[in-house]
Amino acid sequence: MKFDTPATTNPIDAMKVVGQPRDRLDGPLKVTGGARYAYEQHDVAANQAYGYVLGAGIAKGTIRQLDIEAARNAPGVLAVVTAREAGKLDKGKRNTARLLAGPEIQHYHQAIAVVVAETFEQARAAASLIRVDYAEEPGTFDLEAARSKASEPEGDDPSLKDSRIGDFPGAFASAPVKLDETYTTPDESHAMMEPHATVAAWEGEKLTVWTSNQMVAWTVVDMAKTLGIPKENIRVVSPFIGGGFGGKLFLRADVLLAALGARAARRPVKLALQRPLIMNNTTHRPATIQRVRIGATRDGKITAIGHESWSGDQKGGGPELAVSQTRLLYAGANRMTAMRLAAMDLPEGNAMRAPGEAPGLMVLEMAMDEMAEKLGMDPIAFRLLNDTQVDPEKPKRPFSMRRLDECFKVGAERFGWSRRSPRPGQNRDGKWLVGLGVAAAFRNNLVMKSGARVRLGSDGILTVETDMTDIGTGSYTIIGQTAAEMLGVELDKVVVKLGDSSFPASAGSGGQWGGNSSTAGVYAACVKLREAIAQKLGINSSEAVFAGGEVRSGNRSIPLSKAIEQAPLIGEDTIEYGDLDETHQQSTFGAHFVEVAVDAATAETRIRRMLAVCSAGRILNPKTARSQVIGAMTMGAGAALMEELAVDTRRGFFVNHDLAGYEVPVHADIPHQEVVFLEETDPMSSPMKAKGVGELGICGVGAAVANAIYNATGIRVRDYPVTLDKMLDRMPDAA
Amino acid sequence: MNRRDLMAAAGACAALPLTQGGARSQPAPAGKPVKAEVSFTVNGRKHALDVDTRTTLLDALREHLHMTGTKKGCDHGQCGACTVIVDGQRINSCLSLAVMHPDAEITTIEGLGTVENLHPMQAAFVKHDGFQCGYCTPGQICSSVAMLDEIEAGIPSHVTSDLTVSVTLSESEIRERMSGNICRCGAYSNIVEAITEVARTRA
Repeated sequence: MKFDTPATTNPIDAMKVVGQPRDRLDGPLKVTGGARYAYEQHDVAANQAYGYVLGAGIAKGTIRQLDIEAARNAPGVLAVVTAREAGKLDKGKRNTARLLAGPEIQHYHQAIAVVVAETFEQARAAASLIRVDYAEEPGTFDLEAARSKASEPEGDDPSLKDSRIGDFPGAFASAPVKLDETYTTPDESHAMMEPHATVAAWEGEKLTVWTSNQMVAWTVVDMAKTLGIPKENIRVVSPFIGGGFGGKLFLRADVLLAALGARAARRPVKLALQRPLIMNNTTHRPATIQRVRIGATRDGKITAIGHESWSGDQKGGGPELAVSQTRLLYAGANRMTAMRLAAMDLPEGNAMRAPGEAPGLMVLEMAMDEMAEKLGMDPIAFRLLNDTQVDPEKPKRPFSMRRLDECFKVGAERFGWSRRSPRPGQNRDGKWLVGLGVAAAFRNNLVMKSGARVRLGSDGILTVETDMTDIGTGSYTIIGQTAAEMLGVELDKVVVKLGDSSFPASAGSGGQWGGNSSTAGVYAACVKLREAIAQKLGINSSEAVFAGGEVRSGNRSIPLSKAIEQAPLIGEDTIEYGDLDETHQQSTFGAHFVEVAVDAATAETRIRRMLAVCSAGRILNPKTARSQVIGAMTMGAGAALMEELAVDTRRGFFVNHDLAGYEVPVHADIPHQEVVFLEETDPMSSPMKAKGVGELGICGVGAAVANAIYNATGIRVRDYPVTLDKMLDRMPDAA
Repeated sequence: MNRRDLMAAAGACAALPLTQGGARSQPAPAGKPVKAEVSFTVNGRKHALDVDTRTTLLDALREHLHMTGTKKGCDHGQCGACTVIVDGQRINSCLSLAVMHPDAEITTIEGLGTVENLHPMQAAFVKHDGFQCGYCTPGQICSSVAMLDEIEAGIPSHVTSDLTVSVTLSESEIRERMSGNICRCGAYSNIVEAITEVARTRA
């Protein structure tokens, strides 16, 4: 199905199942321990051996000598595979650094060997016997030091290029009120709860991997390229994923090493990346240095807005797209953005939940708060004054739907924004300094091609198959709801099967495109199935109404079961898109409100209240969508207050590479959270009229927290995370 | 010392043998693995195992008994995904060797309820959507069931303001006591609602 004209009335609009706050279809399995994650697939292939991965102990250099003899002879060991044993390997299109290194080392904890043994304990003990002699070389590990050598990112992608509209330097120079500040955001880790894990089994030339991956089809392609085998010989299965957040978008070392280990040991192999390996071995959100310049008239109209960002990555990698939202969020005739990329030798940077916007808005929305104060304006009033209904770079190109103003207004009312003191440091509650902060949320709505197959079986069960993944997002449930709505059956008559490359290729889970795109693919397949059913029953499919387990046409009413008396019926299709996302800017919007209390003596920050108001098209399931948003708010609170991969700039690695050193929010850090979805449908996005919401929730939260801390204390910390050591010497008099 | 310092200190100790000179300085494992017999009861069923003495309770459950409901998130006692109830107390099963639990009564997530007959806490997690990816969920549920018993037994926590009176159930008590169970999907707000609902019906 080609979606190239705005959606009109369709069966989803009935909203009997779609749009209802249904419990997760996979809920009972998950709460009873019955959902099987990758490492737990012990019955898919007999005689599984255990793999254990050894990571490089240096960040840059070469392996002079790698002695695996002792490991190979250790009890229970079946095979040891290094780059030498593996033979020629290519690299996946989406990988920057190699997944099995040697002799060249590109980053710390890059995998250099996998040991396969009868038991986990034996594999781990044997891995400790591998002797490595490195020739270490100096590398580039400090972004601030590398900043002067950073250059414009390579490639033709326009989103990587500098943008210039009007005369930014002139307008900024002549603006009566201006801000020019530099901010930093640190490297961050996805820190999903389930480690990257894989069971790999070969049958002749055919490889099956049961793994934990967001993008099944990408993994098939990149694994085939890495091994140099046809992609038809690879099957990837990923039914349950214990969190991804972008960290499982790509083929990673667990898949490759399990496959290589299984080939060498001639046995199926299971392995998980050890937790202390994950943060340096896999990808992370790169640190940024960002400069924002805003010029405005005295009454608050932005006349010039500029945003520059510096970040680093392995050679051949890309920048953190921290300036992208600034091209679209606020009006202003004179504008510029630019990104500069430094070649560095830290582990590979890549996408983490809302890549670009998450760190970009932490900075832009703090700058907007600072600018509002300079203007003597309320931060919401300043934002609303510079709101726009068109792409500020191309005024003839409208947003498909933009209700940022309502998000702020609804939120301000609900949160009690009027009680905020415009002067910081005024609100005292015992030992606590209390403040309110606000920020805009903004994230583009991406649409992706997505396929599905639906089958109405003779038992009356509707089965949906697509290689779409559920990383906690609720895909099982919203896909089931979509199919139930389209065929007019109850949700308990639908079985959803996901995450298998033998199913039609889907959009996968990333960039908050998964929910809208994958359900649109299921919609397309269901349209085909409806046609097949109508034809079988001899009625005109355009007049058929599917409801209550029946097909109605005129005054006829036929049970669905009639259509499948002889054989099951199948519908399969792929949703593809025209240019509606080019003629119209499709984005999602929100407003975050945060109340913090800062201990007047210790500068410890506690979040007291959080509210997000979101405008994101049709909400397919308010229960799971709300969970997506509160989860993103939690991750945003972490980014504001605690999350930071500490870089050892001499040895070139992230020091705090486990879940104790890398602090993420825990129960005690997060208060009750409130989410409001504005009621709306966006007919430009897809037949579902939905948009993404999973990343919108993290966009802007960090700045709202930091702005609340400023309102509480009068201290502006421009280097995230806002920890107490950066505030203590500036705290207001505790007396 | 707060809970983070405690966790960090525990983490540092656990990491010591690895960080001192890396893998190189580890003692070489000599000969065949040392095995030992141990028997304990899991969810009411007695199991006798002959395990490598290095096997954690977590791996005994997952790899030997194939009870994979208990999750391995970090294998270092940092995340709580492996929480099980041993002789009435919640523990991180990754920080405990299987052979340390002869004759123990162990309850895992599989022992609390089934898909057809959910434990009230499991049902409340579904109702309040107290999870997303589901990987920390068995640990959160086992932890919360044992945690409510701790409050009932009058065991104070860091946020208990008065040690001379019995502990009262509150959201801050729940949050403090559940902070050893990390949920990266960030379902905390919903988890606290689920636990609170169960606690109210128990009381």
